Amino acid sequence: MQFGVFSVSDITRDPVSGETPSEAERIDAIVQIAEKAEEVGLDVFAIGEHHNPPFFSSAPTTLLAHIAAKTKKLIVSTATTLITTNDPVRIAEEYAMLQHLAKGRMDLMLGRGNTAPVYPWFGQDIRQSLPLALENYNLLHRLWREDVVDWEGKFRTPLQGFTSTPRPLDDVPPFVWHGSIRTPEIAEQAAYYGDGFFANNIFWPKEHYMRLIKFYRQRYAHYGHGTEKQAVVGLGGQAYIAKRSQDAIKEFRPYFNEAPVYGHGPKMEDFMEMTPLSVGSPQEVIDKTLTFREHFGDYQRQMFLMDHAGLPLKTVLNQLDLLGEEVVPVLRKEIESRQDPETAKPPTHALRVKEKYGDKPARQPRPNANRGDNVTGGSPYQDAE
Amino acid sequence: MTTQFQLVVVSAGTSDPSSTRLLADRVAQRVATLGTQKKLTVDVQTIELRELAGEIANALVSNHIGARLQKAITALQHADGIVASTPVYKAGASGLFTSFFQILDNDLLIAKPVVLAATAGTARHALVVDDQMRGLFAYLRTVVVPTSLFAATEDWTDTGLNKRIDRAALELVALMAAGFEKTVRDESWGRYQHEFGSAGGTELSIDLDSDLMRLAAGGAAN
Repeated sequence: MQFGVFSVSDITRDPVSGETPSEAERIDAIVQIAEKAEEVGLDVFAIGEHHNPPFFSSAPTTLLAHIAAKTKKLIVSTATTLITTNDPVRIAEEYAMLQHLAKGRMDLMLGRGNTAPVYPWFGQDIRQSLPLALENYNLLHRLWREDVVDWEGKFRTPLQGFTSTPRPLDDVPPFVWHGSIRTPEIAEQAAYYGDGFFANNIFWPKEHYMRLIKFYRQRYAHYGHGTEKQAVVGLGGQAYIAKRSQDAIKEFRPYFNEAPVYGHGPKMEDFMEMTPLSVGSPQEVIDKTLTFREHFGDYQRQMFLMDHAGLPLKTVLNQLDLLGEEVVPVLRKEIESRQDPETAKPPTHALRVKEKYGDKPARQPRPNANRGDNVTGGSPYQDAE
Repeated sequence: MTTQFQLVVVSAGTSDPSSTRLLADRVAQRVATLGTQKKLTVDVQTIELRELAGEIANALVSNHIGARLQKAITALQHADGIVASTPVYKAGASGLFTSFFQILDNDLLIAKPVVLAATAGTARHALVVDDQMRGLFAYLRTVVVPTSLFAATEDWTDTGLNKRIDRAALELVALMAAGFEKTVRDESWGRYQHEFGSAGGTELSIDLDSDLMRLAAGGAAN
């Protein structure tokens, strides 16, 4: 099982100090947070994508390439990459490039985005968000698997003889998670392609996510990718940890109360009862996280939201120490001993290369000399017939 | 043989007891009495929105349904008839009342018979029930009985109010006894718009034969 942290990249005033970090400070901080995640033994760091203040992460692949260069083992990912307002051709190119630079230590999570004004900034319309997401991914899926693509759809200019470069590392496409809160069509698409399904799990009661994950597992099996238990599921979670439970509650409350999404709403205690939020001692966070697999089945990736709501960098780094040293090692051990042996292994590039090639060498596409287009003649790559 | 019916009273009155609750209770009692005459047993359950005010506000801004609010929603989900009663503030139903009904899934109350009632300090608010509240309950696709109840201060000493309560109660009993809700839901449920997980978490059917589902499975957009 993989453990990691994800950030939405909000730049929020610290309600305790009253300070709002600058964009420069937050961007520096996020790199330190990612490095810390690796240092304390976490497996994954993921960043969101936003195109409006007060968020900074408009160009996730740039940030993730930098983080990949500064780390050795960490998998970099997104939470989420916008499959609606990004051109799928650009997603194919940028993330394949990231995959090469990170030597395969990356994947991505796709989401639709629910901020209506963002859509027209990129020439899109939120009312078409769902068909747009589905069609865009159908194209993205082909761009990473076919050297030359002819394509025509409803939302994008047709493609004739298009080759997305670079081809994926080892000709193995990046692993994709589809994130959804309540849309069966997204779960269906994840199941159809045998991709991962991620439930952010943060805002709504677990029953909402349980229904959708169950549907995804059934459809995953229906499409013949494996059994329901072998479907690839990721979950979000949220924690604030201190050695003593009462300190955690005291320290986190001002941040909870002013948090951009749920602040000024439910009481923290009610929110803890109704959602995966844990505020407490390492043992309390462990106990609560261990209940997730009972509700959703065994799963492959657990992400925690630790960096948000104006928490200062020093606190976030300290949180990561506690998460990496006192929570995750126990979770790994406990989950391994309880996990169904049928459960799929978490996705990594190495595993996917092995699945595709066994012990044979991976394909390394070498292009032919430039002939101006891919429309006439055969493949642009030397190894094709 | 008697048939068991659940009547749920929703009151947005603020004092205890309030005239808003009092009006609703009189309807409920009348429904129970009329029910007995027709060999229907009517169980009455009352939801005081005042006690849920905090959870209702939270649900509106954060989607989080608290435990007591959830209990109220479940009661409505299983209701065979509803009496919904509110005070009038500033020429409209109480914000607490409308907020509560705005939180519900759009399809939670489909075809349920409802008596609407309002109280006010002056008869000038008399049309609030018919002009404003009916629209909300039409949106929720309930069937509101023809007689709307309204009680200004002077109505409490007027026997005309009792007559109207009798009328509304009988209309409700007639709709409940006729099984209107059951017929509509059994035979026409699929024709109403639903979301995955709506109707209080019971609506779990997924149409795999839709354009979007075909697109999700690698097909083309129409």
